[in-house]
Amino acid sequence: MSGPDVMFHEEQQQISMVCARLQRDANAKAVLLIGRDGQPIAEAGDVDELDVTSLSSLTAGNVAATGGISKILREKDFTSQFHEGEKTHVHITLVGGRAILVVLFDERSSLGLVRLRVKKSSDEMARLFEQVAKKAAAKSQPSILTEITDSDIDNLFND
Amino acid sequence: MSFINYSSREINCKLVYYGPGLCGKTTNLQYIYAKTSPDAKGKMISLATETERTLFFDFLPLSLGEIRGFKTRFHLYTVPGQVFYDASRKLILKGVDGVVFVADSQIERMEANIESLDNLRLNLTEQGYDLDKLPYVIQYNKRDLPNAAPLDQLRNVLNPTKVQEFEACATSGVGVFDTLKAVAKSVLTELKRGS
Repeated sequence: MSGPDVMFHEEQQQISMVCARLQRDANAKAVLLIGRDGQPIAEAGDVDELDVTSLSSLTAGNVAATGGISKILREKDFTSQFHEGEKTHVHITLVGGRAILVVLFDERSSLGLVRLRVKKSSDEMARLFEQVAKKAAAKSQPSILTEITDSDIDNLFND
Repeated sequence: MSFINYSSREINCKLVYYGPGLCGKTTNLQYIYAKTSPDAKGKMISLATETERTLFFDFLPLSLGEIRGFKTRFHLYTVPGQVFYDASRKLILKGVDGVVFVADSQIERMEANIESLDNLRLNLTEQGYDLDKLPYVIQYNKRDLPNAAPLDQLRNVLNPTKVQEFEACATSGVGVFDTLKAVAKSVLTELKRGS
């Protein structure tokens, strides 16, 4: 079993900027970046009305199920999905095998434009994830985990 | 797999409730949801069939408080217990940090418990995990029923490695939070140990 996934402040800021730029350039309502296990990583745009936690978990489940289908069909991962709604459409892409990029858009944009912008942004995000992975492997940053004591954990569960 | 975000100062972990069909996995989550204050929980999602059997998973996000300025968040999942949903169970185990095996104490469900536990071991192995190395607790549910098997019998069959175990009645909540606390604590301890 490998160690935990991590995200550092510097890369988080850069990833958030890429999300914000994608949302603007694609004329999207919102952009979410989610870990493959369903943990929200970054968001941009009109997310105040969204239940980001639930959306992240369901999207990760959806991607996992699609991955299961691709295995049965002996396909490599289906790298993108598109859900067409009446008002809102959802474009889902895998980023560097590590994360899921979700773009919510409406009639102010188009699938072609979203696809075009997603391609550029996901390459940039994949590069940032690589950077995070290298940093984590090099253990160049102090880990919160080494600071946690047994009594910190006990205190969390005291009624 | 746990996710530590140094920017938003969060530790996120994934717990999975496993067990045979109708053993009370969803009821555990429903009780936790009902008894947790609104600021510590998100929406509970149940992807269920029309007859309210779990089709894919239930999901409940919980905040347990802060450690050293980091918010600890646990994402609780259940798997569909029915035998033919095995492909879905495998998917939900991906990235798991801790497992609760919910056993049905009724004597006539003993075979189903054994089959589900074997299935858990096998599915974890396929994902590259070893149940004996993973934070893992057992809950003997439905202890209130008249046809519940004696505890020693359940223990002998289902808990040969003597992991932490809890008697429970998920409908009334007995043992539900004890189980959750034990597995969550075990996950954090393991995370610290592995650092």
